[in-house]
Amino acid sequence: MRWTLWIPLALFAFFLGVAGYMLTQPKDDSIPSQMVEKQLPEFELPAAVETMPGASSADFIGGKPKLLNIWASWCLPCIAEAKQLEVLEGQGVEIIGIAIRDKPADVADFLERYGNPYTRIGADDISQLMLDLGASGVPETYVIDAAGKITYQHIGDIRLEHIPLLLEKLDEATQ
Amino acid sequence: MRFLLILLGALLPTALAAQDSMPPAPYAYKQLEDPALEAQATELMHTLRCLTCQSQTIADSDAPIAGDMRHQVRSRMAAGESPDQVREWLRTRYGDYVSYEPEVSATTWPLFIIPVIFLLVIGLVLWRRLRRTSSNESAGA
Repeated sequence: MRWTLWIPLALFAFFLGVAGYMLTQPKDDSIPSQMVEKQLPEFELPAAVETMPGASSADFIGGKPKLLNIWASWCLPCIAEAKQLEVLEGQGVEIIGIAIRDKPADVADFLERYGNPYTRIGADDISQLMLDLGASGVPETYVIDAAGKITYQHIGDIRLEHIPLLLEKLDEATQ
Repeated sequence: MRFLLILLGALLPTALAAQDSMPPAPYAYKQLEDPALEAQATELMHTLRCLTCQSQTIADSDAPIAGDMRHQVRSRMAAGESPDQVREWLRTRYGDYVSYEPEVSATTWPLFIIPVIFLLVIGLVLWRRLRRTSSNESAGA
């Protein structure tokens, strides 16, 4: 029998193997932003809640690297993330929040229930800054260096195990 | 009966709790005043992928983010940007992902090359076989 006859079966087994292997891999739907390593887009957003100032791109210039946290009071993973943001704030990290499609009363309620790690919160009612950043959902967190450059993007809620990584990225952005 | 009602209630989509209650962006559902420009914008929106509902274009999706993306497309075009400029603005942020139709790029080229290779191989095999049978026939005649 000619060996070439086995080629179709070998191809079939190969594709079966690839499909089987991919089934065991965790699904990753996240869309990385192409804006990492680029300058933070210019923006000026009004205050999301009366008791706190709004946020603009100028707030990131100078001082230490800061975190830009995109979140919303209607977003469930944001509740899970709140504790970790408090920990980061406790470590002396400045976090500027951007509330996506949110109402002042809901923002105030969220801060009262789950804590307020932010120094400023801008209101992005039509996801303008979110799209300008290349973010595809809430929550997402960006490391911005003192010159206003985006150096790192974290997609999804920040869990306990992500805190050392974020602190390291903030440290790297200092240099 | 009450048990049935509770069961029915459990079927209600709870994901609704994760939706915002803000009104849509101005141009999310409103067309542009200029029909020609709106036609161009609609054509562009059919080629852009919604970020959360991954198998729909932003023209097809009712997700809030798709509405916000339609607002960006329409308002940017109303401000004088061309469809290509708006597309490029999104591509510099989301890469190939935002393109609903796959485009040839560093990661997608096998999609376009492999079928061509298959066709060439099939063509080659067929050509050799047909040539052989016809030469057999002429030899037998």
